[in-house]
Amino acid sequence: MAYGGRAQLLWRNRKRLPFLLFLLPSLFGVTMFVLLPFLDVVKRSMQTAVTGEFTGVKNYGVIFHNQAFLLAVGNTLRFTFVCIPLLVLVGLLIAFPLSTFKNAGLVKSVYLFPLAMPTATIVLVWKMVFYRQGFFNLALTKLGEMTGLWGPVAVDYLSTGASFWVLVASYLWKNTGYTVVLWLAGILAIPNEYIEAAKVDGAGRWKCIRHIILPNLKGSFYTIVILSFLNSFKIYREAYLVAGSYPQENIYLLQHLFNNWFVNMEFDKMAAAAVCVGAVLLVAIILLQRLWDREE
Amino acid sequence: MERDGCMAAGKIRILQQIKKYITAALLLLPALLICFPVFLILTGSVMDSIELGQYLGPVFSGEEGFIRWKLMPDYPTFSHYGRLLFMTPAFFVLFWNSMKLVVCILAGQLIVGVPAAWAFAAYRVRGSRTLFALYVVLMLLPFQVTMLSSYLVLDRFSLLNTHGAIILPAVFSTFPIFLSYGGFRAVPVQLLEAARIDGAGELRIFMTIGLPLGKSGLLSAIVLGFLEYWNLMEQPLAFLEDKALWPLSLYLPEISWTQAGFALCASFITLIPAAFVFVLGQDYLEQGIIYSGLKE
Repeated sequence: MAYGGRAQLLWRNRKRLPFLLFLLPSLFGVTMFVLLPFLDVVKRSMQTAVTGEFTGVKNYGVIFHNQAFLLAVGNTLRFTFVCIPLLVLVGLLIAFPLSTFKNAGLVKSVYLFPLAMPTATIVLVWKMVFYRQGFFNLALTKLGEMTGLWGPVAVDYLSTGASFWVLVASYLWKNTGYTVVLWLAGILAIPNEYIEAAKVDGAGRWKCIRHIILPNLKGSFYTIVILSFLNSFKIYREAYLVAGSYPQENIYLLQHLFNNWFVNMEFDKMAAAAVCVGAVLLVAIILLQRLWDREE
Repeated sequence: MERDGCMAAGKIRILQQIKKYITAALLLLPALLICFPVFLILTGSVMDSIELGQYLGPVFSGEEGFIRWKLMPDYPTFSHYGRLLFMTPAFFVLFWNSMKLVVCILAGQLIVGVPAAWAFAAYRVRGSRTLFALYVVLMLLPFQVTMLSSYLVLDRFSLLNTHGAIILPAVFSTFPIFLSYGGFRAVPVQLLEAARIDGAGELRIFMTIGLPLGKSGLLSAIVLGFLEYWNLMEQPLAFLEDKALWPLSLYLPEISWTQAGFALCASFITLIPAAFVFVLGQDYLEQGIIYSGLKE
């Protein structure tokens, strides 16, 4: 593979000194601001918050019996497992037809634009759309009148369980653009000869998609999952701005909990939870990368 | 016979055309949904307060009926803009806070991150790949997990409640390194070897070959970085107590609903720099998203 060639070429030229010099500022900063402090947090996770006495794994026991922690973990997991498959699928469904267009530039820009919309701005609009008498219910009621299937709709989406789906919608709204761009890049990178050859052999459209295009998109798939994961944490901004520190219980995420612990100075629980979340993420990422490496 | 065949072919062509327009329309439908918030903000910001009060009454003061809206306001006015731009000095303070934060962070990231990215892309020494994997993991850690450790280290350097508390940790973020690395990887190793044979020093190779050939990655890091840091929320909420130091992104949520027009107008002005950067850097943004998808 081309990449293997590059790596071999690089190995031929082992220059430790310039490597270190170029990297030094960054490595210094990362060590000072992230790595060493995180070790300190690991230490604190085994101490009491105020006096700093050693308590072993007691803090970990406490958080796993903490109702708020369990609720937040549940919600965060639910959000992740609903949103990421949905986003991946929606992106693919849009990217497929788009890949046959000659100038998809404009459509792509429109889809990417939500990335540029400031969160605070969005939240204002969300309120207008999803409050009880907002645009969404207006549209639903009008639709009900027209079809005669249902009466007026009056759900307040932000104070019931539906708030979770508002978050899902807002995540999709914001992130569909880059997912489409990534899928498109993946689809367009498949050599045309593969598809032509399959067509010559009598494969139809669906067969082409199933046996040629989808298998060739595995690399893109892992990337998209990782980036969607990275961005799924950012939904906290919307949740916080719409509903504050203590939102409706279906959208009480880990980020809310960490923030509240921080404000209440419950550093012992916070440290233990941070170590847990960090460890879970590390394992998840290593597993994903394993899978990824095996594919190539 | 031949004419019939021609007509059939013509029909098929027309059908294909129609099909194409239908797909295009289907693709543009979500695009309309995406643009809807911008439309609301723009029309709302030039609406008279009383008119806006009538439209939004049902949502925010519990009147009967649904929210309403007009394509063109009955009483268009620029009074909100006047008030915001000429009578609200606080807005400017926060606007410049935001600008200062974003510019300092991006400049710092370039100085620290770009050489680091070059180190990973152009040299290979034992452990460099492991180190890069560590950087990727750090990139994925959400802010809340490292919040406590950041707080502790900022406290030790007595940076809390200063802009340094936001700028310094962000400068050492590893996301821009990841993006710039994608760009630098496109530089052929053979070129570097040739330059070495010709006697060029490592720094000179970086400045005259690496930077010009691999600049698209770093440009995309700037665009994505701007959009990210223009939206700063978690960090200033946690580390800045003094509201005079806050960025613009935290100002909007403070405006009460009785001043909806004012809030929409502030939203619109907040949106302008982000939209400007988006339009200017759209190609790089797209490149960057694709680079971030490249596999190490």
